[in-house]
Amino acid sequence: MIFRIPSMEMAMPTFRIASIAALALGLAAPAFAADTIKIGVNQPLTGPFAASGAYVVNGAKIAADEVNARGGVLGKKIELVVEDNKSNPTEAAAVAEKLITSDETPVMMGAWGSSLTLAVMPKLEEYEVPMLVETSSSGKITTSGNPFVFRISPPSALEAEMFAPMVEKIGVKKVDFLVINNDWGRGAAADFGKMLKDKGVTVGLTETMDASAQDMSAQLAKIKGTDADTLMITAAVDQLTLVFKQMAAMGVKKRVITTGGSQNPDQIVAQAGAAAEKTMHLTTFLPWDPAKTPDPKATDYFLAEWKKRGYPFAGATESFRGYDGVRTIAAAIEKAGSAESKAIQKAFWEIELTGLNGPIKFAKSGPAGKESGQSKPGVYLIQIADGQISEVKL
Amino acid sequence: MGVAPEEARTVKALYADPRLDVLNHPHPSPLPTRGGEFPTRSIPSLKAALVDQFLQHLVNAMVLGGAYALLGIGLTLIFGIMNVVNFTHGALYTFGAYAMYIASVSLGLNFFLALPVAIVAGLALGALIEILLLRPLRGADIDTTMLVMIGAGIILQSSTLWTFGGVAKAIPNPFPDAPIAFLGVSISWIRLFVLVAAAALIVGAYAMINGTRLGRAMRATFQDADTAALMGVNVKVIYTATFALGSSLAAAAGALLGPVYVVFPQMGDLAAVKAFAIVILGGLGSIAGATIGGFVLALAEEFGAGYISSGYRDAMGFLIIIAVLLAKPTGLFARAERVG
Repeated sequence: MIFRIPSMEMAMPTFRIASIAALALGLAAPAFAADTIKIGVNQPLTGPFAASGAYVVNGAKIAADEVNARGGVLGKKIELVVEDNKSNPTEAAAVAEKLITSDETPVMMGAWGSSLTLAVMPKLEEYEVPMLVETSSSGKITTSGNPFVFRISPPSALEAEMFAPMVEKIGVKKVDFLVINNDWGRGAAADFGKMLKDKGVTVGLTETMDASAQDMSAQLAKIKGTDADTLMITAAVDQLTLVFKQMAAMGVKKRVITTGGSQNPDQIVAQAGAAAEKTMHLTTFLPWDPAKTPDPKATDYFLAEWKKRGYPFAGATESFRGYDGVRTIAAAIEKAGSAESKAIQKAFWEIELTGLNGPIKFAKSGPAGKESGQSKPGVYLIQIADGQISEVKL
Repeated sequence: MGVAPEEARTVKALYADPRLDVLNHPHPSPLPTRGGEFPTRSIPSLKAALVDQFLQHLVNAMVLGGAYALLGIGLTLIFGIMNVVNFTHGALYTFGAYAMYIASVSLGLNFFLALPVAIVAGLALGALIEILLLRPLRGADIDTTMLVMIGAGIILQSSTLWTFGGVAKAIPNPFPDAPIAFLGVSISWIRLFVLVAAAALIVGAYAMINGTRLGRAMRATFQDADTAALMGVNVKVIYTATFALGSSLAAAAGALLGPVYVVFPQMGDLAAVKAFAIVILGGLGSIAGATIGGFVLALAEEFGAGYISSGYRDAMGFLIIIAVLLAKPTGLFARAERVG
């Protein structure tokens, strides 16, 4: 629908940042307090991806507060300008334009979904503003020759590559796909399908579901009738919950593996209950076992802060993207030595830091001369068993 | 879960963490699937699979059709009697689902008590909208009414967003998780309940319209409001009652489907589009048409997605509508246009 009423999520940051700024006034020199470096945050806070977008934004706020508590970057505080793209590609592009032209943010983070990010990308080229991509997994994002894109989430081909050694051990013989009908889902089906075929696994049906669809019974009835042993699903948490419930209701008994890292498994356990038993999920963060993460101290800090702010634990698997994203942007601004778009874009290539799911360092991807940056994060397979979540060791 | 007891024992003896039993299993055969069956099960005969799949699609469509019919009846009733295109219909559907959420989750009411509470809340909100917005606009031009209703729909949706946030909520239901299975077809208890409750509400609405004094007054107003008024029908009250009844049916659909799916502020958008499709399909103002239209749309979506392409699921209904409108522009069950 076409109306613009700010949600609670959007009203919050101004309030919180204002109070932090007020606090800072007492500690830092007043001259710096009013002068901030703005970071645009383009996320879905309403619509089908609202849960995920809200988690990412809350993670981003933790990073911003952490950076500011240490004195900010280049002697200035960073300020997040959060906008809602309504889970809609057209809105995502409009939000990017607004952030660049009206808020004059020299760098942005966004836009959660692949279709949303792809819609924003022409704006990056038009205004020459770099964007850190924290969640999207469509291959096209880093292969289409947009030098303003720097991605810390795994493209689905990388997810597939890291899942490849597990295929045989799990005993996957024939796979059906059920994917969200957009760049993310179709890209995942294509990349995983290719990897599986190379491994000699038969690929059966590829069924799609609309991003806002709530009833997948027709697709599941079809999938129920096939002889595939495994169903691979690509969707965000709310839709996954519905799929699992509907699978249980229809007696669809297949091994389930989900991709994309937006599963928030604790939310699935809470909302789908027994229907989520024995499902497996490819994810990029292990908040259930901080000791096993690449930077346990940072994970502990992040999880403690997440809890202190009263956010549900379930959100941690997505919110870390926002946290890592803003820390990466802050590092790039610091390295750039100025808050100019061009300098930040250049600095992204030079930074190196340890994110919550592994080292963040951008490698060149896409056509020569116009490469995008792609970092290579860790991918883990987890399973829900007896309502508990643990990493699958094979 | 599902793993044969002796197998599970062996695994537990071998491995410290029983949660990972299935995955740490050194057995050379493939891992059990979610239901505990081994994936190397014999492939069912093609014919059986086709019959099962067909029946499953049919059962799915019937359940969905019940809720669609409720949505359609509510909208067509308001249009038929009041000549108002109700753009708050989707918002009322969402409202019903959130009322159900508040009643059963926030207030902790019993599920079966929360449902009538949500329906009555929808009734009350409908009456309020009619008294506050539509009554002063009686006689105003149709464009004005339409714009006011669009505005009201936006206000309702934004208030929901403001109050509950954009993140979806789940409503637990008291039914067992395990589905009922017969003839290779499975249906969950909650969906069966939705079908039965929707059917009861549809029958109730018919009985009310055809068998009560209020219903007779509604039908009289439907035929000719001025004549009905001359015959002593309080048309103002009838309008309020009609709008409230239509709203309560939309809220009932939301309250019934909320626990089946998840509840979020924009859930009404697609529902409203479908309600309009059903009403156009069945013929504007025809209650029987809306009932059948609801089931036709559900069948089209279900079989279209099952046998043609799931990507076009939501488009199937509209393709049918285009076909119907080309063949019979007044819809399947439109009453003859009254002249003069």
